[in-house]
Amino acid sequence: MLERGGVIGRFGDPQALVGAVRQARQRGCRRLEAYSPFFDQEVIEALEHPPSPTRKIMFIAGALGLCAGLGMQAWSAAFSYPLNSGGRPLLSWPAFIPVTFELAVLFAALAGFAAFLWRSALPRPYNPIFDVVGIEAASDDSLFLAIEADDPNYDAASLIELMKRAGATTIEELRP
Amino acid sequence: MSALAAAPEPPPQPAPRYLSPRTGDAQITRAVSRPLLARAGWRWWAGFLASLVVTIVMFVSIGWLFIDGVGIWGINTQAVWGFAIANYVWWIGIGNAGTLISSLLLLTRQRWRSSINRFAETMTLFAASIAGLFPILHLGRPYVFYWLVPYSNVMGLWPQWRSPLVWDLFAIASYIIFSALFWYTGMLPDLATMRDRAHGRLARKLYGVFALGWCGSARQWREYESFYWAMAAIAVPLVVSVHSVVGLDFAAGLMPGWQETIFPPYFVVGAMFSGFAMVITLAIPIRSGMGLESFITLAHLEAMAKILLMGSIVMGLSYASEWFAAWYAGAAADRTLLAFEFTGAYAPYYWALLLFNLGLPQLFWFRAMRRSQVVLFCVAALVNVGMWLERILIIVNTLSRDFLPSRWGFYVPTIWDWLLLAGTLGFFCFLFFCFVRLLPIVSMHELRQLAHEEREG
Repeated sequence: MLERGGVIGRFGDPQALVGAVRQARQRGCRRLEAYSPFFDQEVIEALEHPPSPTRKIMFIAGALGLCAGLGMQAWSAAFSYPLNSGGRPLLSWPAFIPVTFELAVLFAALAGFAAFLWRSALPRPYNPIFDVVGIEAASDDSLFLAIEADDPNYDAASLIELMKRAGATTIEELRP
Repeated sequence: MSALAAAPEPPPQPAPRYLSPRTGDAQITRAVSRPLLARAGWRWWAGFLASLVVTIVMFVSIGWLFIDGVGIWGINTQAVWGFAIANYVWWIGIGNAGTLISSLLLLTRQRWRSSINRFAETMTLFAASIAGLFPILHLGRPYVFYWLVPYSNVMGLWPQWRSPLVWDLFAIASYIIFSALFWYTGMLPDLATMRDRAHGRLARKLYGVFALGWCGSARQWREYESFYWAMAAIAVPLVVSVHSVVGLDFAAGLMPGWQETIFPPYFVVGAMFSGFAMVITLAIPIRSGMGLESFITLAHLEAMAKILLMGSIVMGLSYASEWFAAWYAGAAADRTLLAFEFTGAYAPYYWALLLFNLGLPQLFWFRAMRRSQVVLFCVAALVNVGMWLERILIIVNTLSRDFLPSRWGFYVPTIWDWLLLAGTLGFFCFLFFCFVRLLPIVSMHELRQLAHEEREG
């Protein structure tokens, strides 16, 4: 949690930041977070965050939507409101496919969006990272690496030194 | 901006044709956000006000429809579908290309999509929403459209699940919600950029609220990619299903010229074709109007022209298979209809349709034509006209010549038909004029990613 403070360094390119992440991890630091203006696979891999459960959630929600859609139509057409139309079968499942499919997709999409917000901790109007001087560059042309103060191996002075050597252009220590 | 436009062209090889490898992140941010932060010029105001006037025409014609009923249109007991359904099919077709461009090109790693996916998706959202109005307006009693929704009512009634109208409701509603989620998620990082750039207090607050506190952390990016790619993967079958359902609206009927198994895929191709035509029609004014020539390049336009050419060929095959089926099946009603299409009262429109959809796109076999903005714009605009003609003719030709000669008749549009069509076009432009001033029309974060990949090789 950055609420307890930390060391934040600004980097010009992803390679330098990845270097800093590797060194910090070698020292045993585990509470690292990078902030970047675009998606970068290497940065994400270097940080070794746990994998995202979003797609599993979407799959389960899609399967639920499928059952709910088919179930709703089958139950209403065959049991709740059976309508004999020229002796045709009540459980005419091929005609139920379009709605079933649309509902499966809709459920998956809505659940995926909810999972995305939940896992990204959004919406979050205030975030301590916003207090860092020049942080608006994280949505423009710079990357930031934060090592949080509740890391067991946290030592501000040596981490500042580490970031300097890794190529950080500015470094700031955030205190609670 | 002039410095950016004058940036030297990239070397002819290797790959980076769509973005100069010298493009810096800050340069991208500046070029895309500049039109949102600067004051609007007279051209924007003129377009905005003109489209606002036409939008008012749309609301007036819808209002009059609510007061007086569908009798204000040219529909009659013979031609029960008219402009409303043609407009619906046309708009939803345009509304399909955005998601297709965005998702299909993402999944196939066509990286040039980064420059055009945002406004193509926006086009989708606006067009699909406008399309969704028409079946409702066409209901006769549009204010009870919610009867299509399964909700608990005192009579214990349920929708008729075997009806294509109900399929339509589910398909369009799911599609609009889905497209909105996809579009908004893709925009979150750019909204954060705007939040950090906006000058005014109110603008910063609003962008901040809609950015939801996005901070670009690695955790957020990982979740973003995971969700966004999964959405792209299910978007493709969704898009196909939406326009297939539109095709089934016709194919599930028993009329000559409608009851054909080819209709769902034929409609999907038609949707892609008209949608790409609309993207080109929009891209050319946007790139010059917003000074985005270095991001939406001639190479982008050329790639889209090739897709248009391919679409035109597939459309030709679809038409030919319709003609062949009508002749080969030997049913009198189908053959009468085919003869009516080529020689009947609406034949000039049919020939125009063939010229616009099949003839003109053949110009794109030539590189010079693909790279000429004037040719590209004119052909794309005429393809839009041709596709609209196709939709209206599918409806009125069949309804004018069904099985019983005693029921043969014609459809003549009234002034309200035309005003509503024009009004929706104006409303679409109005929404776009608002969009280009309020939201980044090119995905900045995807361009940054592309620029980094180009630089690292």
